Amino acid sequence: MLTRRVTLALGVALAMSTSALAQETVKIGVILPYSGPFADAANQLQAGIDLYIAKHGDTVAGKKIELIKKDTGGPNADTAQRAAQELVVRDGADIIAGFALTPEALGAAPVAEEAQKLMVVMNAATSNVTEQSEYIVRTGVTIPQVNYALGKWAFEEGGVKQAYTLVSDYGPGHDAEKSFSAGFTEAGGKMLGSDRTPVANPDFSAFVQRVKDANPEAVYIFVPGGAQPAAIGKALADRGLNPPATKIFAQGELTHPEALESMGENARGIITTFHYTLERDDPLNKEFVDGYTAANNGRQPDLFSIGGYDGMHLIYEALKKTNGDASGDALLEAAKGMSWDSPRGPMSIDPETRDVVQTVYIREVQEVDGKLQNVVIHEIPNVKDPLH
Amino acid sequence: MSSLIIILFDGFAFGMLLFVLSVGLSVTLGLMNFINLAHGAFGMLGGYVAVTVMRQLGFPFLLALPTAFLAAAIVSVIFERLLFRRLYGATELNQVLFTIGVVFVASAVATYFFGTVQQVLILPEWLRGSVELFGMRFGVYRIFLIVISLIVTGVLVFGLERTRLGAQIRAAVDNQRAAKGLGLDVEKIFGITFALGSGLAGLGGALAVEIVGLDPSFGFHFLVYVLIVVSVGGLGSITGSFVGAALLGIGDVAGKYFWPEIGSFLIYMLMVAILFVRPLGLFGKR
Amino acid sequence: MTDTTFTQATARGWLRSQSRWSPFEIIFWLALLLPFFLFPTYLPLASQIAIAALFALSVDLILGYAGIITLGHAMFFGLGAYCAALLGKAGWGEPISGLLLSGLFAGIIGFIASFIIVRVQHLALLMITLGLGLLTQELANALTWLTGGTDGLRIPRTWPIFNYFRFDLWGYTGYGYTLAVLFICFLLSRRIVNSSFGLALRGVRENIKRMPAIGSAYQSHQQKIYAISAAMAGMAGALLAQTTSTVTLEVLSFNRSADVVVMLILGGTGRLYGAIVGAIIFLIARDQLAGVNPQYWYFWIGLLLMVVVLFMPKGILGFVSRLAGRRD
Repeated sequence: MLTRRVTLALGVALAMSTSALAQETVKIGVILPYSGPFADAANQLQAGIDLYIAKHGDTVAGKKIELIKKDTGGPNADTAQRAAQELVVRDGADIIAGFALTPEALGAAPVAEEAQKLMVVMNAATSNVTEQSEYIVRTGVTIPQVNYALGKWAFEEGGVKQAYTLVSDYGPGHDAEKSFSAGFTEAGGKMLGSDRTPVANPDFSAFVQRVKDANPEAVYIFVPGGAQPAAIGKALADRGLNPPATKIFAQGELTHPEALESMGENARGIITTFHYTLERDDPLNKEFVDGYTAANNGRQPDLFSIGGYDGMHLIYEALKKTNGDASGDALLEAAKGMSWDSPRGPMSIDPETRDVVQTVYIREVQEVDGKLQNVVIHEIPNVKDPLH
Repeated sequence: MSSLIIILFDGFAFGMLLFVLSVGLSVTLGLMNFINLAHGAFGMLGGYVAVTVMRQLGFPFLLALPTAFLAAAIVSVIFERLLFRRLYGATELNQVLFTIGVVFVASAVATYFFGTVQQVLILPEWLRGSVELFGMRFGVYRIFLIVISLIVTGVLVFGLERTRLGAQIRAAVDNQRAAKGLGLDVEKIFGITFALGSGLAGLGGALAVEIVGLDPSFGFHFLVYVLIVVSVGGLGSITGSFVGAALLGIGDVAGKYFWPEIGSFLIYMLMVAILFVRPLGLFGKR
Repeated sequence: MTDTTFTQATARGWLRSQSRWSPFEIIFWLALLLPFFLFPTYLPLASQIAIAALFALSVDLILGYAGIITLGHAMFFGLGAYCAALLGKAGWGEPISGLLLSGLFAGIIGFIASFIIVRVQHLALLMITLGLGLLTQELANALTWLTGGTDGLRIPRTWPIFNYFRFDLWGYTGYGYTLAVLFICFLLSRRIVNSSFGLALRGVRENIKRMPAIGSAYQSHQQKIYAISAAMAGMAGALLAQTTSTVTLEVLSFNRSADVVVMLILGGTGRLYGAIVGAIIFLIARDQLAGVNPQYWYFWIGLLLMVVVLFMPKGILGFVSRLAGRRD
């Protein structure tokens, strides 16, 4: 066993050798679930990062940007923690970024705190993520942010008096259920009931039948992206639970492009809430979507892509402000309060909570030029996470 | 009452999907004691083949299904002849390790060719939506699933009971040594059975895309369900797989409907209870 | 098995000869100290390997020596991890007592579960262990208020060991701690498998039907070793929670159960060192391959598994000992 003094001396020596190397480069460690069931999220997020670098060059404020990718394989806090540790001590990373899933961010947070490195959370959407360390900044979205707003809107503008919630039985699902219900009941609505489906749920028919038995005016859905949106959409339609007879509210994943294609006519009229809308008519967004699809074999960007893209924007702009000083404290100061126009719309970083403040879009699936897509029907600007 | 019937119907349809996916494994496990954890990977192959021929070659859905069956069967025979047959004498653990390796490789290959994105399969118009019977709505695709699986069961049972190959397979399952002694080419019988079983997995994979989606983790994802059906039903028994699958499908859906709080526990509790009482499964002989 | 012909004295001598240390073993353990000096930046990986090795060791005790196959051992790993995490969260961050309590907790649950386990074999055993594992994971998810659910739980940093060695960012303390626990548990396992109890277990593995015939209470033997193995798995889980200060539902997952079996078979079952070698090779291969290509590393892992089965059917250690065995 080495004594602490030797350890420390060795550490300092190594840290100095890595920082000497790092003078001309800024190393960004990217921690994502590149393999396993969430690989698609990692791919999309990485593609967002890559697009930003391709567009804005790999040099900023005289420094070359270098990415080091670390795979977590899924929601593994311990692997993410080790990845962060290795990034700091072995690779000499200046910034750690990525984090598609909340456990990844929770695992890495203590490392960022101890090593005093800026940590850019590009997606992980549980409200309390930014509270884990003073060095965390989030550029994605929080679940309460979009769903609380939807709950209010559903009662006030959507004309719905009572509703039922059906969410996946895990952290994000619980958050979504809570925040939608809070927004809805505070506005004056009444909840008829709520059910939670197992996270790995191959078949929704039982739960959908329960919703049907309760006969609500509207049902609110939250399921993880991937295969489940289309599956639940179809199960609802099979029971005749679809708009206009029964309104369907959900977070934006429910109507992602592949799900829309799979659901077909059944998707018409579904109302979702999101911070990014692929089809939103805006020059910045059009440029983003065109560049993205061209670089990714026609695959369209999603919430992960935009989180990664804006995360890189934040890093680039902060480095410009600090003149290339990549120390955690300097970057953090530069990032606090930063605001910019993103393809998703205007957004900023709250200087108090270091969390993202952005426009929430309420969208409805409508037919445009013979094709079903999400159409923005309402915008709520400058929404903060209601739980902070 | 009407919701009860709907629940039974939905559960049964889901069970039938599990049946088609897993019956092949039950027979090959019972026949050759070969633990093939890559069975789900052949299901995944079938799914990707169906999606690809429909998108790229414009095959209709009803033609894509047999294509998926054939593709999975052919690829499985190649694997069987080149690799798996070397493992028949190996220990259970080595079979497990090897076939898990195959699942890893299959998943990586699928990611390489198709990406991580969810695959979409566009059903023909006549299979979408639902029909109203006696005031209840039944999903058309679920009716289709039940019909297909009943046909598969019919063909399998008829084939096993009435054909020469069927008699040979039964003989080999019951007593391999005696069958060999009587001059049956057990290895060849197994090769054919393996191809049929994997082909059915491929068909199941193609049928599953509409209900559960398809991505490169399909092989892992369905492994657990397939193993549950096989073990509960009993090795080497088609009736067992059928009953086991139906029971699990209905138990799962009905359980979630009546006790949603423990919905996710039910399928496992059911399995543990059944296997504790009947370690050989409901219809297992050995 | 020819030991029935031994007289009691020679039997004892045989057991003793089995438990003698060879120079290779001493070199092996000394080599495990190398990361401190040669690869100080790999210490976090090294401690995760030590944890995985301890977990694999616990599985070897039941799978390699008592013939109990399992696909659900992450259940005990996870229970230990949550036990340590909840102790830490409740304000008790002393590592060694936390470790022992977690092991005890997992061991008790293991003993209770063993009443079911010893009554089934083969596929049913595999599926029941799998089912119990998945049930535990679902239970932990249902108890989100306690376990933090999928989001996981962050725990305050574990207190310094002996009030002196602080858990540092570099992982010196972490690796020293996990390696020490691994070594102690290894000594314990070595003693167990080279005792008459260990021999009786091997008898169960070789032919379960004959054991009652020679008057061996094999079920209670199996229950005992299962509980010990569960306790050891629980300690591995506790080490993970203590050194990383986090715990998520993943500690209970089917993946973890399957991975540990893969590591063990890869290294070679029924020889204790197989568990350690398997964990080292599997995790280093994964780390290096994932470093080169984070998206497709598992392709190469899959190939590795296939090649090992085809060319080294007794695992890597079995292969090595066969090569070495040609000389004597």
